Amino acid sequence: MANDILLKIEGLRASVEDKEILKGVDLTIRKGEIHAVMGPNGAGKSTLSAVLAGKPQFTVTAGTVEFLGQDLLAMSPEERAWAGIFLSFQYPVEIPGVTITNFMKTAVNAHRAGKGLEPLKAGDFLKLMREKMAFVQMKPEFAKREVNVGFSGGEKKRNEIFQMAMLDPTLAILDETDSGLDVDALRIVASGVNALHTPDKAAIVITHYQRLLDYIVPDVVHVLKDGKIVKTAGKELVAEIEEKGYDNL
Amino acid sequence: MTEVIIVREDRMIRSMTVQAGQRTDMVLIVMPGLSTDIRFDIRLDGEGAEANVYGAYLCGSDERVKISVDMYHNEPHCNSRQLFKGIAGGTSRVDFYGKIIVAQDAQKTEAYQENHNILLSDNAKVDTKPQLEIYADDVKCSHGATIGRLNEEEQFYMRSRGITLEDAKVLQMISFLAPVLENIPESEREDISAQIETAVRNINL
Repeated sequence: MANDILLKIEGLRASVEDKEILKGVDLTIRKGEIHAVMGPNGAGKSTLSAVLAGKPQFTVTAGTVEFLGQDLLAMSPEERAWAGIFLSFQYPVEIPGVTITNFMKTAVNAHRAGKGLEPLKAGDFLKLMREKMAFVQMKPEFAKREVNVGFSGGEKKRNEIFQMAMLDPTLAILDETDSGLDVDALRIVASGVNALHTPDKAAIVITHYQRLLDYIVPDVVHVLKDGKIVKTAGKELVAEIEEKGYDNL
Repeated sequence: MTEVIIVREDRMIRSMTVQAGQRTDMVLIVMPGLSTDIRFDIRLDGEGAEANVYGAYLCGSDERVKISVDMYHNEPHCNSRQLFKGIAGGTSRVDFYGKIIVAQDAQKTEAYQENHNILLSDNAKVDTKPQLEIYADDVKCSHGATIGRLNEEEQFYMRSRGITLEDAKVLQMISFLAPVLENIPESEREDISAQIETAVRNINL
């Protein structure tokens, strides 16, 4: 059904510094679905996620992206976030001097302002923080730490999922969330993502390897190669890729 | 007790002497809209004297801010620290000139000086000249200066969480200035920090 469509990408081309990375991507995501985007290094996986989140360094040269019926490409990164898009970064950025509490308070209240709501009361905000930090097994003292500064790989990714839990997005884009994670951190992160998933939401899981997809099971699997989706199938495709590699698809 | 000076004058010349075992702490703040020429010379004239000078300057339009600090280490076992951080936007121009002079007898001196700047526009200009003149041989001294821009990766990360570009810049600038502002005594800090946040927000627009 058409009104089930959350995200519709058509003919998307994008470049960075005059180098074309995405060469015509088509992708439709419906409510409740988890899509995996797999592909070799340099295929354009991270570019796709950056373009959807609105990273200014990328230029869209052709195509359209509709999110819940809105023209996503016309929106600023912050407007996309308010509309319900969340990008979990492959390399979460360190922000020296800004504590997680201050960062999240600014973010949560910006979302509320975007929806015409009053800022959250201090007590309610701290309660929400504590609850969501416990959800990804982050120790309460992290609230006072500077954003991602001195965090281990696993801590950075848990911090991403914590932020996702705080902001409750409709479409989560997880860019190589498994990179740099040990098995325990991977489990925590994956179970966080699974717990946040509902029939009204969707997720795009971008990954090079099968590993993460053992924990977050996709409904649809796409292979992105040289800026194009070259194959789309069900979750059985993951095993096929693992067996044959990307070159023989 | 730390002295907080919010500069109002277009010219400020101060000369001070710190005696043996004494200590002086200062935080200097230059708010947007003020052009000023600040010259400090501080003489550590007795053994164990200490001076800590912090400064923050905010220039958003066409200000001309000159800051010059001469720190004289004249006796042994004296410590000094200088940290100046500033933001230059519009067509403003900042000149920072800082010198540490360590006399021949001033062994076991510890002297540090840092000057860091953020440029907000292509038409703003910062000149920074940190200098060391050391005549003693058993000292710890360092100086450093940087001129940079607001980090765009940080901005995109914040915006992807729904923080507006304007708020992201304000957060970046406040956190940049924080190492200076945290030296303001607690009784005054909240009030001055609020003034600075308002000032930074206005620069940004």
